[in-house]
Amino acid sequence: MAVDTSSQSVAKAAGDDVARGRSRGTGHRRGPVKRSLSTHWYAWAMVAPVVVVIGVIIGYPLVRGIWLSLTDANERNVERSIGVNHIPATYEFVGLDNYADALTGSQFLGTLGWTLVWTVSCVSVTFALGLVLANMLNRKMAGRSVYRMLLILPWAVPGFVSVFAWRFLYDERRGILNQLLAGGGIDAVPWLNDPTWAKFSVIAVNVWLGVPFMMVALLGGLQSIPGEMYEAAEMDGANAWQRFRHITLPGLRSVSTTVILLSTIWTFNMFPVIFLLTRGGPGEATQILVTQAYKFSFEISPRDYAQSSTWGVLILILLMVFAAVYRRVLRKQGEVW
Amino acid sequence: MRRGIAATALVAALGVTLAACGSDNGSTGGTKGSGELSGTVTWWDTSTVGSEDKVFKKLAEDFTKKHPKVKVNYVNVPFGDAQNKFKNAAQSGSGAPDVIRAEVAWTPDFANLGYLAPLDGTAALKDQDDFLKQAAASTKYNGKTYAVPQVIDSMGIFYNKKIFKEAGVEVPKTVDELKSVSAKIKQKTGKTGLYLRGDDAYWFLSFLYGEGGDLVNADTKTVTIDNAAGVKAMKTVQELVDSKAAITDATNGWDNMQAAFKDGKVAMMINGPWAVADTYTGKEFADKANLGIAPVPAGSAGQGAPQGGHNLAVYAGSKNLDASYAFVEYMSSPEVQAKAAAELSLLPTRTSVYGKSEVAMNPMISFFKPVVEKAVERPWIPETGSLFAPLVTEYTKVLTHQTTPEQGAKTAGESYRKLLKDWK
Repeated sequence: MAVDTSSQSVAKAAGDDVARGRSRGTGHRRGPVKRSLSTHWYAWAMVAPVVVVIGVIIGYPLVRGIWLSLTDANERNVERSIGVNHIPATYEFVGLDNYADALTGSQFLGTLGWTLVWTVSCVSVTFALGLVLANMLNRKMAGRSVYRMLLILPWAVPGFVSVFAWRFLYDERRGILNQLLAGGGIDAVPWLNDPTWAKFSVIAVNVWLGVPFMMVALLGGLQSIPGEMYEAAEMDGANAWQRFRHITLPGLRSVSTTVILLSTIWTFNMFPVIFLLTRGGPGEATQILVTQAYKFSFEISPRDYAQSSTWGVLILILLMVFAAVYRRVLRKQGEVW
Repeated sequence: MRRGIAATALVAALGVTLAACGSDNGSTGGTKGSGELSGTVTWWDTSTVGSEDKVFKKLAEDFTKKHPKVKVNYVNVPFGDAQNKFKNAAQSGSGAPDVIRAEVAWTPDFANLGYLAPLDGTAALKDQDDFLKQAAASTKYNGKTYAVPQVIDSMGIFYNKKIFKEAGVEVPKTVDELKSVSAKIKQKTGKTGLYLRGDDAYWFLSFLYGEGGDLVNADTKTVTIDNAAGVKAMKTVQELVDSKAAITDATNGWDNMQAAFKDGKVAMMINGPWAVADTYTGKEFADKANLGIAPVPAGSAGQGAPQGGHNLAVYAGSKNLDASYAFVEYMSSPEVQAKAAAELSLLPTRTSVYGKSEVAMNPMISFFKPVVEKAVERPWIPETGSLFAPLVTEYTKVLTHQTTPEQGAKTAGESYRKLLKDWK
């Protein structure tokens, strides 16, 4: 043992050492792995279970998915053993064929187009509404906590429950929305039966579900802005818009960049809203990438595992690229993330 | 840390789309040496909830009277979910029922995937010669029998006699008459003529057959959905909706169709015997005589209704194979079929049952019997169960004007050719 201190400070020192060593880029020449193991065995022992669990529950499916996307695996040629029947695997490695098919066919690109429209409109509307509501709730007014409770409600209801509720509201023949419209003398709206209305409807539900998160996060951000800044600005004669533009928005920056990133990723992969509300229909009008990947794997026959995995990997790549670009842009603007 | 959360969310979301293929299975065939049958038989029934399911549950549980040591576990799985649910369970080797009520088109598909136990030489196949030929056709695959026919059906026009009388019209015999009758009904009563299901391509078949078209031709290995007849049929259904002769929905079609017809908001629907018991529960049909039924409207090539039905199949991984065979035999026995026919107006699959008085007297059954005999069979190839998914997408797109009838038929044809390699 090179270091002779109590185990606690070893762990602490170890962390410091590694951090410093890495950031400086100076490598230890004599067996860094071995040295690290013998010195920091305690830290490694603490970390090991997590590494194993992550390796099993995240690493294995991920690697398996990537492998399947390079084969022609489907329901008929994968290995399965049912009672007395045992059917061996007969799928083959096909290289990047699936990726070439996906990227050159119209289906992936078409679905991607709508997925982008869906993501951008959901995130921007949700953010705008969340910001407005957060600002309103940040003022001192009577019954503020009641409003907050009510506005958080959509978040508290399990997603599938609220989506089913919306499905009933939207029903063209028996839904409450159309009955209300009929009371006002307006013709029934084909909420989920017309491609354009269906797109509008799924976005509306997702916004409804997403606003509470935005609102709560932004409200937290607002409350961290010191009130003195507003007072000072007011003394200098700044009007409400100027105060919002020059104090609130910059003050919210670190919160809003994070929630926008998270919200973009969630919305891009928002499976339940689309699946439960329209199943991607009418036709394929509201099908986003994840619901289509699910369809390949669970709804068509024979189930196309290869195609589904290919789409899954493409989704992962797209979101990783997005996150990297987003991070770079933020860093250029001086944001630490 | 934030990045950690995002990465976890990413990977977790991806995990949903990645199908890992389980292959564990420790079960062995549960053949008991001798003596009485025992154990539990889980049956997945897919009959209509609220009407048919009650009768089938009672019938299934009565199996215990014959075999006191066998427990029947009745599970009703909604028809729309059953195919996928069974596939998930069967492939992963856990959670699959011992016996499933499989739609005729699913049977060869499941058999081809190795999910079903062959029934030749088991107790399940008793008096095989008694089964109607059309009903038994879908149970055979690769020279073996994988299921026993439970019910057979076809489609016809269900109509509300009161509304027809009010409007002073006769039951339409052709698609053209359907349009004029609907127009008259709208004009005289303000009600819509027809409810056409837009979210299930099975409801499209009688229009397709009516034009002389078909999905595929298995004899010549040709895809036929995109020929002139297929395009014409797509045009026909689109016109029905455009001209307001029919209303449709892209989601929730079954519930909306039944509700609209039962409440007297539409005068007609195309449906089969499985809907009779449910339709009688509607307020318009408190007097059963108000429900009229007629052959599907003819297209330019004549009338053509699809032949459908359900089979009982045994899961190959069942731990109670013997009890399951006995259960299938019981559920398809003449006595049980006669009871189901009497209470639900469902068509038996055994010739002998049609001779029983309570079956012969049922007006719905006597209507559907000749219809079934003339009904158009689908080719019983393993891919039959795969033909609807691509078709329903295009069918809905045509009805909602996202694509033209020509393009819709063409796209459906292309996906069929992808599915059926080397077909024309």
